[in-house]
Amino acid sequence: MKILVPIAKVPDTTSKIGFTDGNTKFSTDGVTFIMNPTDEWYALVRACELKEKQGGEVVVIHVGGADAEQIIRKALAIGADRAVRVDADPTDAYFVAAQIAEHAKSENYDLIITGKETIDYNSFQVGGMVAELLDLPCVALVQKLEIENGVATMKREIEGGTETVEVKLPLVVCAQKELAEARIPNMKGIMGARSKPLAVVAANGAEKLTAVSTYSLPEKAKEVKLIDKDNVAELIRLLHEEAKVI
Amino acid sequence: MAVLSFVEVSEGKIKKASVEAAYYGSKTAEALGTDSVAVVLGEANAEELATLGQVGVKKVLHAADAKLNHFDSRAYTKAVAAAADAAGADVVVLSFNNNGKLLAPRLSVKLKAGYVPGAVELPQFNGGSASVKKNVFSGKASATFTVATGKKVISVNPNSLSPVRGGGSATVETFNAALTDADFNVVVKGVDKVVGEIPLTEAELVVSGGRGLKGPENWHLVTDLAKELGAATACSRAVADVDWRPHHEHVGQTGLTVRPNLYIAVGISGAIQHLAGVNGSKVIVVVNTDPEAPFFKAADYGIVGDAFEVMPKVLEEYRKFKAAH
Ligand SMILES: Cc1cc2nc3c(=O)[nH]c(=O)nc-3n(C[C@H](O)[C@H](O)[C@H](O)COP(=O)(O)OP(=O)(O)OC[C@H]3O[C@@H](n4cnc5c(N)ncnc54)[C@H](O)[C@@H]3O)c2cc1C
Repeated sequence: MKILVPIAKVPDTTSKIGFTDGNTKFSTDGVTFIMNPTDEWYALVRACELKEKQGGEVVVIHVGGADAEQIIRKALAIGADRAVRVDADPTDAYFVAAQIAEHAKSENYDLIITGKETIDYNSFQVGGMVAELLDLPCVALVQKLEIENGVATMKREIEGGTETVEVKLPLVVCAQKELAEARIPNMKGIMGARSKPLAVVAANGAEKLTAVSTYSLPEKAKEVKLIDKDNVAELIRLLHEEAKVI
Repeated sequence: MAVLSFVEVSEGKIKKASVEAAYYGSKTAEALGTDSVAVVLGEANAEELATLGQVGVKKVLHAADAKLNHFDSRAYTKAVAAAADAAGADVVVLSFNNNGKLLAPRLSVKLKAGYVPGAVELPQFNGGSASVKKNVFSGKASATFTVATGKKVISVNPNSLSPVRGGGSATVETFNAALTDADFNVVVKGVDKVVGEIPLTEAELVVSGGRGLKGPENWHLVTDLAKELGAATACSRAVADVDWRPHHEHVGQTGLTVRPNLYIAVGISGAIQHLAGVNGSKVIVVVNTDPEAPFFKAADYGIVGDAFEVMPKVLEEYRKFKAAH
């Protein structure tokens, strides 16, 4: 089985968020970048588990600059066999999806697994777009994935519960928590990652359909109103009269 | 020209998140001086669909094919794109809920339409281009996206706007989505759903517990108040990780994002990853023994105290309030 896992590079959750150039650009000053958590912990690890059990190959693809090398090597250390980096600025989801779809077309994957959304733009776009570009079925918010005889059995989240579905491969899956347990790369993996192939390819000329015009930060930090623990009635009064939420 | 909203029905009722999407669609249509049309896929009661008129929908295109009763992203994309064609829609609006999150990007590709996911405000139009605001960096900032493509797809963050209901009634028309068996890929084997419970992402009130509650046997401190309030219950990741509560209750960066009117956090420290999933809540109440707990910085109201003492009092005082109102 041949599996493709697209990986994104995002600011670490604890990063301080700021903007420059009149609030039109994200400031990377002092920001540490990591592999998008749902891509790493769930999509990539589950892909590696399936390969280790059933044989095949796991390829990771990243659309972005050379500074993503560390993240790509980490994915290889976790267990991917080889990597492709499309050398371009990933500023629009459609553009990114078009690069991934073009690569996928040339390689005949049985399965493409993405994370559910990136923690920077929280957009949840690339998996669905890749599926549509390739005219493939896609199931999102997947918590469980088993493959047998070319059929994927999945559990996906619905409002207030879960749904179990079956879909024939090839297929695109958007992974979320519970799909796998995060892995910490071991020494052997890290050493091995250095010699695994990383191909750098040029981007195709897909258009960009959206752009960010401005960013803004929340007005100002909230001022908490403290209520004495022996005067809980006051909390109820405030929630009713001032906040008007009950 | 028209604005098309995608509306889902669950257990006979229009989903709350879909009412918000339809309202958003109607407001957008109003701004563009055009009609608000909705599309519904799968069997549904026509009377229920007609109530979309209350949020400004003029016409509902209803594809009542039983094969569409279950969500199948590829078939749904074709059907909604066909409805957009039939309605002559330039803007398609969906909810940024579980199904909308996958359907919207597919539609964006199918219609060659620029897409903004998770809008928190109505779009601003400037000639042929639209500006749409959304939350980014897990709620730590917002970004305004511009979309200049002829067609546009927007999904609306649940609980971001409060639909104002009027008296109208929508006309319901049968719509043939012209799908074939080959368009369907997903076979549903089973659904596991807690019936009668409010889905967490749609809840207006949420009571949430953290490790400060010491163990699952103490969860009545959370559930009793939730029951009394008609609220949904949630928990921190630390709690779900040790199986004190089911995983579907876990909110935060790696769990669900909620935006209720009221979020009551009991014994939760307020780690940045937790806040990422709840900081869109309109009002946050924090109960914590530690006055230095980071959650107080994100809270509107706080009580520094032991949950075991404070929560029974909150329940008691709320009962008194309810009896008096
Ligand atoms: C990459 C990453 C992603 C993560 N994603 C998430 C996520 O999605 N959601 C999430 O929640 N966490 C997430 N976490 C974990 C997060 O960092 C915290 O560890 C977690 O939220 C802590 O849970 P807690 O507040 O319940 O527990 P604790 O941090 O242990 O806090 C317990 C709190 O209870 C208070 N307390 C103790 N006793 C009482 C009492 N009797 N009465 C009242 N208060 C009391 C304490 O003062 C303390 O503030 C993530 C972490 C990482 C690294």
